[in-house]
Amino acid sequence: MTFGILACGAYIPRLRLARRVIAEANSWINPSLKGQAKGERAICNWDEDAVTMAVAAGRDALAAHDRTAVTALYIASTTLPFLDRLNAGIVGEALTLPPGAHALDIGGSQRAGTSALSNALNNAGQTLVVATENRRAKAASQAEMISGSAAAAILVGEGNPLARLVASATQTADFVDHYRTIESEYDYPWEERWVRDTGYMAIIPPLITRCLASAGLTPADVSHFCLPTALPRLANTVANAAGIPDAAVADNLHTGCGDTGAAHALLMLVATLERAKPGERILAVGFGQGADVLLFEVTAAMPAIAGHLGVSGHLTRRREETNYTKFLAFNDNIEIERGMRAETDKLTPLSALWRNHETVTAFIGGKCETCGTLQFPKSRICVNPNCNAVDTQQPHPFADTIGRINSYTADRLTYTPDPPACYGMIQFDGGGRWMMDFTDVEPDALTVGTPMQMTFRIKDIDAQRGFRRYFWKAAPSIAEGK
Amino acid sequence: MPQGIRDKVAILGMGCSKFGERWDMDASDLMVEAYSEAIADAGIETRQIDAAWLATAIEEQHVGKSAVPLATALRLPYIPVTRVENFCASGTEAFRGAVYAVASGAADIALALGVEKLKDTGYGGLPQRGRGTLNNMTWPNLSAPGSFAQLAAAYRAKHDIAAVDLKQSMAHISVKSHDNGARNPKAHLRNRINIDTVLKAPMIAEPLGLYDCCGVSDGAACAIVTTPDIARGLGKHDLISVKAIQLAVSNGQEAQHNLWDGSYFATTRIAATRAYHEAGIQKPRDEIGLIEVHDCFSVTELVTMEDLHISPEGGAIRDVLDGFYDAAGTIPCQIDGGLKCFGHPIGASGLRMIYEMYLQMLGRAGERQRSDLPRIGLTHNLGGFPHQNVCSISIVGHLGT
Repeated sequence: MTFGILACGAYIPRLRLARRVIAEANSWINPSLKGQAKGERAICNWDEDAVTMAVAAGRDALAAHDRTAVTALYIASTTLPFLDRLNAGIVGEALTLPPGAHALDIGGSQRAGTSALSNALNNAGQTLVVATENRRAKAASQAEMISGSAAAAILVGEGNPLARLVASATQTADFVDHYRTIESEYDYPWEERWVRDTGYMAIIPPLITRCLASAGLTPADVSHFCLPTALPRLANTVANAAGIPDAAVADNLHTGCGDTGAAHALLMLVATLERAKPGERILAVGFGQGADVLLFEVTAAMPAIAGHLGVSGHLTRRREETNYTKFLAFNDNIEIERGMRAETDKLTPLSALWRNHETVTAFIGGKCETCGTLQFPKSRICVNPNCNAVDTQQPHPFADTIGRINSYTADRLTYTPDPPACYGMIQFDGGGRWMMDFTDVEPDALTVGTPMQMTFRIKDIDAQRGFRRYFWKAAPSIAEGK
Repeated sequence: MPQGIRDKVAILGMGCSKFGERWDMDASDLMVEAYSEAIADAGIETRQIDAAWLATAIEEQHVGKSAVPLATALRLPYIPVTRVENFCASGTEAFRGAVYAVASGAADIALALGVEKLKDTGYGGLPQRGRGTLNNMTWPNLSAPGSFAQLAAAYRAKHDIAAVDLKQSMAHISVKSHDNGARNPKAHLRNRINIDTVLKAPMIAEPLGLYDCCGVSDGAACAIVTTPDIARGLGKHDLISVKAIQLAVSNGQEAQHNLWDGSYFATTRIAATRAYHEAGIQKPRDEIGLIEVHDCFSVTELVTMEDLHISPEGGAIRDVLDGFYDAAGTIPCQIDGGLKCFGHPIGASGLRMIYEMYLQMLGRAGERQRSDLPRIGLTHNLGGFPHQNVCSISIVGHLGT
């Protein structure tokens, strides 16, 4: 048994906004955007945030893994929706991780992901590290152009690892290339050239040298170099300064996803693990108020696992969004007329949420011990008309069960941030059903019988109280939809 | 089986306000408008009423809770008054309360009044409401058209019907109801339309377009009931009596158990069977002369024709297109325009349907009067959602029929 990376996964939202669309809308005020109008960036659907993406990436990583073995959950991000409510608590519950597992939110820097991973590699037991980011950016800003939204999940612990840690090095410096405070909604960046010369180039190469030296290795031993930066060729310049050949520099996913901030180092690491060969070494760097450098040796090729998409699978699963105004509205960057129906009170009584947290957050229903009928939600009396036994329900999870559309509509009357509201009756294979929201669907493609998978999303946003509630929605099944 | 209420209670008087966008009317004004007609028709005075029931569904929109608004509007003399709410079946629920009071002997004369003042929302369509604490956390924020629209998807899948064919049949239903509403001076919508209007209308909830949806209206309707003996004593002849009132309420089976396929109303089928038994009806297609059903949406009316055991399963489309349910057809459905055009002030709708039965059976329906004076008629309400609803069915007819 060896300690190392046991599994990994990712989540990239299905929606992609072509950078051309951003440039076309904004080059009147920022002409430099025109030159950057290549490729596309991943954007969250209105019902996605750092928490929902973390759940999705965690599920991707744990597709073939026993969740009861997880002893700690770290969520690394600078864009977690709750400042004082454990976001890892939501994610852990949605993933049905053991309540006895440690749960931490780790933030404060773009290197939160690598710091969380580095810390987890020192833990006994199994730690699921999820780095997730959904950064808001001002319209017409450089950040809007280069950012993307995604999450990466890495499970570390004792077992048969995909990769093991060979060496690491870290340095902390209060180097402020940009910042965001409790008073500000957006990042405030400093000049890129200064960040490049005084930050990346001054801090990272010596750290790489130190890391390699501690393992008795040379720059030529690095097969893959993962440095998150959207600045063109900066990764190569840093690599060269450290003696690492250009061929080792990993793709920064700029073309199809964008820079995902605190998630990006782990996202690049996962993407690299997906194609790396046993024996190869991966150097992963996280930069932000200093840097982390982690050197891994690949011990096994990534196995093909049913239901696992990873970075490459999610990059393929895409739908282009061409409406820039919709992107602004999804991110609350424009005050859009939502109509009076949007005024409906969305109060979530916290006492009722806690009472029903297994139903709502973990999507757990019931299985009747007497007749075997599955139902959602659980109830005191079995729903089977030929049974109706009392207090016979054992918890039964529905989150990983495929359901089929029994009836549906695309509703243009009710309020939703992204009309039409598509929803319908989902009937689960093996029993149980629920009238539920659909997400990531094309209204015209809905048909009775379509297989749907469950996905954890924002159910409603309570703007009046700054709360958001989560529940599960039905999205077209990737496995069965092919 | 209980013996039921067949012919134990007769209608003494009925009234109905004009339905529509009654911008100048409060709910209390609408109540008085319907009541004035009913009390005059009954030929009694307010003090002769022993008990009353008020139906409202979205009370937060107008009168608020309790039965006080009815007692106050009509200045009822401190009699027992009860407010009932059971989704869109509220009106029939109030009628049931009054009828049962008389049938039990607890009251000689009882009043049922339903009212809804919906046009104070600031926007078209029904008010957007919460569904209760836990439901709000897991249900879609479904609208009424969005929930009923799903019948179409399931019905098409079950009977292997092309979307265009189903939509054509639904369009016929709406055109028919507009024709009927045009002949009803109290109706909210009195314009005639054609199939093309329906098919080309803006989409509300796939596949329901604007003309597949009923009107959202202000209005009130009222019934005064008593025993046949008392009615005769008050000089009434040619009595219209209650043959059956049945309710069936979903118990979560459609919502949670996979027995139901989503293409029909489980509640309507059960309530209809029980109502026919209570009324002594063997062959509804042959014995019923007039129906008023809960046509909140065209597709609801379509599948209801089968759930009432009048059209065979999968056969409603044929009957609809054949004109079987047209005003001049074998069993007219919504001869007064229905929810679609008479309008749908929720608490009033069940009573409005009985009002139409009463007028038609007594030959008082004016321009829209059916020449054959129907002897037995059925009214039907559905409240809620196809997967979770309250269904009410009343059967009324000439006493002794």
